[in-house]
Parts: sequence; structure tokens; C-alpha cells
Amino acid sequence: MQDSQTIIEKIWNNHLVQSTDGGSDLLYIDLHLVHEVTSPQAFESMTLSGRKVRRPELTIATVDHNVPTVGRDQPWEDPLSVQQVETLRQNCKEFGIPLFDVDDSRQGIVHVIGPEQGLTQPGLTIVCGDSHTSTHGALGALAFGIGTSEVEHVLATQTLPQTRQKTMAVEVNGELLPGVGAKDVILNIINMIGVGGGVGYIIEYQGEVIRDLSMAGRMTVCNMTIEAGARAGLIAPDDVTFSFLEGRPYVPKGSDWEKSLDDWRALTTDPGAHFDQTFSLKGEDIEPCVTWGTNPAQSVPVSGSIPDPMDATTTAERDQIQRSLTYMDLLPGTAIEDIALDRIFIGSCTNSRIEDLRDAAQVVQGKTVSKNIRAMVVPGSGLVKNQAEEEGLDRIFTDAGFEWRDAGCSMCLGMNPDILFPGERCASTSNRNFEGRQGPGGRTHLVSPPMAAAAALAGHFVDIRTLS
Amino acid sequence: MRKFENVIGNCLPLNRADVDTDQIIPAKYLKRIERTGFGEFLFDTWKKDADFILNDSRYASASVLLAGSNFGCGSSREHAPWALEDYGFRVLIAPSFADIFLNNCAKIGLLTVVLSQEDIDYLVARSEELPQSEVVVNLDDQTVATADGSFIRHFDVDPTTKKNFLEGLDSIGLTLELEGSISEFEQKRSELYPKTID
Repeated sequence: MQDSQTIIEKIWNNHLVQSTDGGSDLLYIDLHLVHEVTSPQAFESMTLSGRKVRRPELTIATVDHNVPTVGRDQPWEDPLSVQQVETLRQNCKEFGIPLFDVDDSRQGIVHVIGPEQGLTQPGLTIVCGDSHTSTHGALGALAFGIGTSEVEHVLATQTLPQTRQKTMAVEVNGELLPGVGAKDVILNIINMIGVGGGVGYIIEYQGEVIRDLSMAGRMTVCNMTIEAGARAGLIAPDDVTFSFLEGRPYVPKGSDWEKSLDDWRALTTDPGAHFDQTFSLKGEDIEPCVTWGTNPAQSVPVSGSIPDPMDATTTAERDQIQRSLTYMDLLPGTAIEDIALDRIFIGSCTNSRIEDLRDAAQVVQGKTVSKNIRAMVVPGSGLVKNQAEEEGLDRIFTDAGFEWRDAGCSMCLGMNPDILFPGERCASTSNRNFEGRQGPGGRTHLVSPPMAAAAALAGHFVDIRTLS
Repeated sequence: MRKFENVIGNCLPLNRADVDTDQIIPAKYLKRIERTGFGEFLFDTWKKDADFILNDSRYASASVLLAGSNFGCGSSREHAPWALEDYGFRVLIAPSFADIFLNNCAKIGLLTVVLSQEDIDYLVARSEELPQSEVVVNLDDQTVATADGSFIRHFDVDPTTKKNFLEGLDSIGLTLELEGSISEFEQKRSELYPKTID
């Protein structure tokens, strides 16, 4: 073993049950998050093979993807959603897994509730049948998304065979200018690396800009790591992490807290440790960003305009840009601020935490949503919702004309009734602008919460740096 | 997992980069609690375009998909490989695959083969010209070849995946044989780590 190690190698090696011939390592999994969509087939297979969940106490479940965000106490309109949620309830009961159900204030988006409850801690290995599991890396955990067969593997064995990944350092130095936030940082990073640039890597985010981000901001950055192709991205824990965690329900108390702090402080990349790939950018160069296409790397500063496919360097690139523009119904050269919108969505595992809602509310306060816009806010968890209501944020939003909803994934992926209608154009704080992601024929532009809020008021994109 | 048999079949050329799993299988079909029957929803939205290649009857029997780079990016939904497999594909060939998608394919016996863009361009051109032309995918030898033998390329596969495919092994069963090592690891594991149940 080499002397200088990255934090990625430290966590990986700490969880090595066995190295097998053929290059795949068996990793122990400390925390397994389960939700209703990617688990039913795994549980069914467990039942058929007569296997038990090895460590239910390292497993937790919630319902988020399917759940309606209004009228939950009424019968749900989609019988398939009811069936899927009911199936999770039955499975949790049968296999002894704790569940934060819809009537529990701790229910919410799986990547919001893990950190919120203090279950997500530095140095852990965390998996979930959801690609945005990378979010938990914000607290210095090695966290990645898995498929249903792997969900079953973890349920049955609490381990997962994994091929060792390459390492990438992404360094953001300097400082962010006013109006620029974590969402703009990660959209710029994805734009630089490309949607496939991180394939085969685990990323460590470094630099002053990353250090200066709040935990919510760090979660936004790590959340969208998968949009650059890397399954996991993390940030070494520091005092920001520790003060976020202290006092949360599942965090060690008393002398155990002190012992944990000692362990966590060692979770840094050693000086001179080798990364297979390194990228860096300057905070001062980052502007508020808007995606214009159908993948998250297709973004420009809000002050910019729609690119021209004819400027592409290769035929393949030109075709891809043209395809995106056709789907998005946009013409080259159109100024971003001239793009009119129909819908606004503030929510998702990327941007639905209390800090995100405060940032948006600050823009909205005392103003009114544009008459052609339908806007909604979906808090990331029941507890975020309660906190926002205590602070009066719900009134700021509803007074302005926003809908104020219950917690869930909602219109990020349109598995519940919250969807775009064909042709509708949405400024969304979520993570994917893929074709049809928010509803068949819907058009998604990814932005930060303040940018979404400002667009709701104006009816089109606005450079928030120009707001008084 | 069923044993992987060598594949002799024609190819469907899907010449697009960064195809995400939302396109392979849209989220509305993820509400099913079964593992089978996703094939009819494969590329459900794109299929509504009559010119989309999946609607071209000349490729209806294709068992090999020729894809662009970063195929299967985005959501971790295993429903995407399930849909491809249920539709009839046995092998996917691309310059690169998204990481989670790659693992998901390996778990269900759907073989992913990485070839250079140049080689894929050649195979794409060939199947566009001669839709019935076949390739032979031999996992034992780790080769992809045209039926006439004029084109033959070696591909890499990790030895664990190869063994599991060729012998049809159950990955969970194999891990459970390591019970001793797992228990030993658990003995050393920090007591400070969180538990969801007291």
C-alpha cells in the first residue's frame, strides 16, 4: 500500500472484506437506503430464494418517488403507485426494515433524509437504488447508486462486489461572486468534464469555493456528480460537516461523539496523494447558469445565448446539439433571458433543503408570480416543510402564487401526478433535463433556486445579479 | 443467472451518444413491481417516431445493439437492461458505458462489449448497408467477429464477470460462501457507526 492516500482510497480500503481474483473487491456497506421504486423485485427475489436481510439495522426505507404531494390523505389517483408503496410497506414489515412512511414527518426524499437524520456520516459506505446517492458524499461518505440486483445483493449480504474506480480531483478555487451558488458550480463542472467525462471515476471536490459552501450547497454539488458520469463524488469532512451533524438523531452522543470526531478528522487526502485525473476551475469565472439542451452538460451563463450547431467541431457534436435544440424548440442565437417559461419547479434531491427554500423565498418575498406561470415548491422532507412553515417561508411562496406541497421527488422525474404537459417549458431546480424527464414532451431548463424564483416572477429567465 | 451462450446475430445500429436510461425506459413504466415484460416499452418515446430504427423491420430480429459512447447514463434503473434483454438483445457494443448501467447489465447476463469508435463506425456502416449481416460474439475467446471472418476484434472482460456469465453463477450465492470473511469484518467494524434500529 502506498504511503499517501486519497480520502477515496482510505474509505475504500476501510471497507474491504476481501479482494477477489479478477479485480473486483468485496466492499462492506454501512448504510442501505431503500425506496419503493427500485426495491420490489429485489425483495421478491429474496423471498423466492428464502434469504433474509442480513442487517436490517443498517437499512432504512422511505417512500418518495411515487407519492402525491397534495391530498395524501385522500385515495391516490394512480393504483400502480398505491401498489408500489403498499408493496414496500409489506416488505419492510416482513424483513424488519424501519420505514419513514407518508404519515411520518421524517418522510422525504431519500437523499434529503439521510443527512437530515444524521444517518449519513463521514467515512461510511452508503448505497441506494438511485443514482443520486452521490449526494451523501457531501458529508465525506463514499456513496453511490446501484441497480435492483445490487439492492438484493446488499440486502442479503450487506456487501457488494465492486471494481476499484479511478480517482479524480476537481478543484474550485477562489470565491464565488454574488448571485452565484452551488448549483452554478456543479453545472459548470459538468459542462467542463462532459456528461461522460467522469465514467470510471470517483471524484473528490476540493478548493476554497467547496470549503466555503454550506452543507446544503455541498450536497447540491455531490448530488449532480452522476450527471458528469461519475457514480460517487465526495468532500472531505471539516468543521462545517461536524457542526451540521452535531445533535442529529442518529449521530453518536457524548464521548462517542468525541471519538467519532477523531476518526472523521483523519478522513482527508494525504499531501502528495495521486489522482488519476485532475480538473480545476476558478470560482470568479462561474456565472449563474441555465441549461439549454437535453443533457446537464449543455449549459451557458444566463447572460449568454443558445449555441449554434454550426459552430460545433465535429459532425457528431453538431447533430447532438441540433437534436437537443429541436426537442427544446429553441433557435441558435436566442438570448437566454428572452426564453419564456410556463412552469417553475423548486424541489428535488438537488435543491429542496431549507437553505434552498430560503434562497428562493428571499427573491420571491413581497412579489407575485407572472400570470402565465404555474409555480410549485416541493420541500425535500416533512421536516424541511415544517421548518419552512415555522420560518414563514410557505406564506412568502403562497402569497406570491406558488403552490406549497408535501415532500417527495415530485416533478423531478414525474412518477407522481406532478408532470409537465407536452410542449411546456420549465425552469427547474432538479438535476436532469433529459427528453421527457418531467413528463412526455416537457422541456426542462436546470437552474439554481434563486434563478428559478426570479424566473417565476418575470415569466422568463432573469440574471439575478441584476435584481436590486 | 442463465448461462451466456455465444451469440450469432444481426445488429441494430443506434448511432447516438449519451443515451440515458430515461430514454431506454421512461419513468412511468417503473411503477410495475415485476421484473419481466419491459421489452415492449423499450425506447417508448423515440419509438413513436416512425423513422426511429427500432421500427425498421429489417432489424426486428437483432440480438446485438451498436450504441454510442456513455450508453445508459443517468438513472440507476435496472429496468433499462431488463427492457433491452426482454426485447431480445444479448450483447451491447459501445465505445463506453455508464458505470451503474454496466454493473446492472453484468448482474443479469446482458453482455457489454467495449470497442473503439472506429470499429463501431465500421460495424454500424456494415449493418446499415446489409441489415441481415451477422456478427459472432464469443465470450470464451473474448472476440467480436463478422460472420465472414473479415473483421475480428478482441474485447476485455473482467474474469469474475466472464466466469459468472459462462457458468450462469448466482453472484449473491458466491458472496454468501464468504460468510467467514464477512463475519470477521463485522467483528472489527466500528461500534460508533449508525444503526437504524436501537
